[in-house]
Amino acid sequence: MPRTIGDAPRAVTGESAVPRAVILWGLALVCAVIAAGTVALMLMHRSPFHHTRPGGPFAMVDTGGRPVTEADLAGRPAALFFGFTFCPDVCPTTLSLLTEVMGRMGGAADRLNVVFVSVDPERDTPEALKLYLSSFDPRIRGFTGTAAQVAAMADAYHVTYRRVPVEGGYTMEHSAGVFLFDRTGRLDGVIDDGEDEASVLGKLTMLAAPGTCVPGVAEPSSLWDRPMSGGTRGLCGAS
Amino acid sequence: MLLSRRAGLCAGLGLLALARLPATAHAATRDVTAGDLVIQHPWTRATPGGAQVAGGYLTVVNRGAMPDRLVGGSFAAADAFSLHEMTVDGGVMKMRPTGPLDIPAGASLTLAPSGRHIMFTGLRRGLTKGEALDGTLVFERAGTVPVRFTVEGIGAKAPSGPGQAGQAMPGPAMPGMDMD
Repeated sequence: MPRTIGDAPRAVTGESAVPRAVILWGLALVCAVIAAGTVALMLMHRSPFHHTRPGGPFAMVDTGGRPVTEADLAGRPAALFFGFTFCPDVCPTTLSLLTEVMGRMGGAADRLNVVFVSVDPERDTPEALKLYLSSFDPRIRGFTGTAAQVAAMADAYHVTYRRVPVEGGYTMEHSAGVFLFDRTGRLDGVIDDGEDEASVLGKLTMLAAPGTCVPGVAEPSSLWDRPMSGGTRGLCGAS
Repeated sequence: MLLSRRAGLCAGLGLLALARLPATAHAATRDVTAGDLVIQHPWTRATPGGAQVAGGYLTVVNRGAMPDRLVGGSFAAADAFSLHEMTVDGGVMKMRPTGPLDIPAGASLTLAPSGRHIMFTGLRRGLTKGEALDGTLVFERAGTVPVRFTVEGIGAKAPSGPGQAGQAMPGPAMPGMDMD
């Protein structure tokens, strides 16, 4: 049978038709493609924050101008809200909602650190923050700092914020939501803007005293729940 | 003789009290009519200590055949009045100035918390729940209309008023709301 040109010589010579160099280069190419793909994926999903886990060390000052750090929050669950005093809508309503809920919780709310953290160091001095917070539950603490301190804390807590010029001044864009941390400082949940009072009460009660049953308070299944207002949840103690 | 004179005086005073130009106020509903427009219950909120900004909210119904636009206004307790829109984009609160706001013929414009609203900046004093302050709204066609902004509670999501319990309602729930 005549041999055609395409016949591999290996039957005759016993050697591989694909030279070793080609195999090695082929492997190298495959590796390069995989590596490039991985880097591309990493860049696409790159977090803007330096640490993967939100929370941790910070250095700010409170409304009395006294330095505060993460040590001042340790040992108690915390609810942190990042905003600014020149905010006409979300900040007053969130603080007002927290005030209502903390009032209903009474002494149970003493077990929490509820903190309003400013993302506007230029205007939110400790004095301005103190005056602002005087309209809300006195247990709500206020933190502010230098631009660098605010930037560092926002980075650690995965909070986005940005100064945006508007006519006659500027406003701040900022991450919405009240972030909930357990007593070790681990992020445990969030209260979304738009959650109703019953939902907020349930979450803060769960945060302050996990596993306890407070009559009339609907416990969420998780602190990450984002229930629509008007939804029904089981009341603990209900038969 | 004396009685009829007194009656005449009372009638005269009564007529004087009723005559208000160019807008007429319906005291019971706090609506103000200006040409084709009906401005319903302008309101704002009590401010936290030291606050220098506040939001203004209302609904304007255009009962006419011609479109109009809200282009500006004023507020007794603030240096400046501007129109803004609040949005939540990927969990981030954002606020942007808007241009004049359209009020199409036969439709309404609603300014409410968490959406389009008036920004009062350069507040000269704090606002207290229960009071009412003068202001104006400036429309492209209807012109300048004097209004009164009632001051609701610090966390109010809607104005209290006749027919309502006076409590803050969760979320916008006013009829005729035009949120886009």
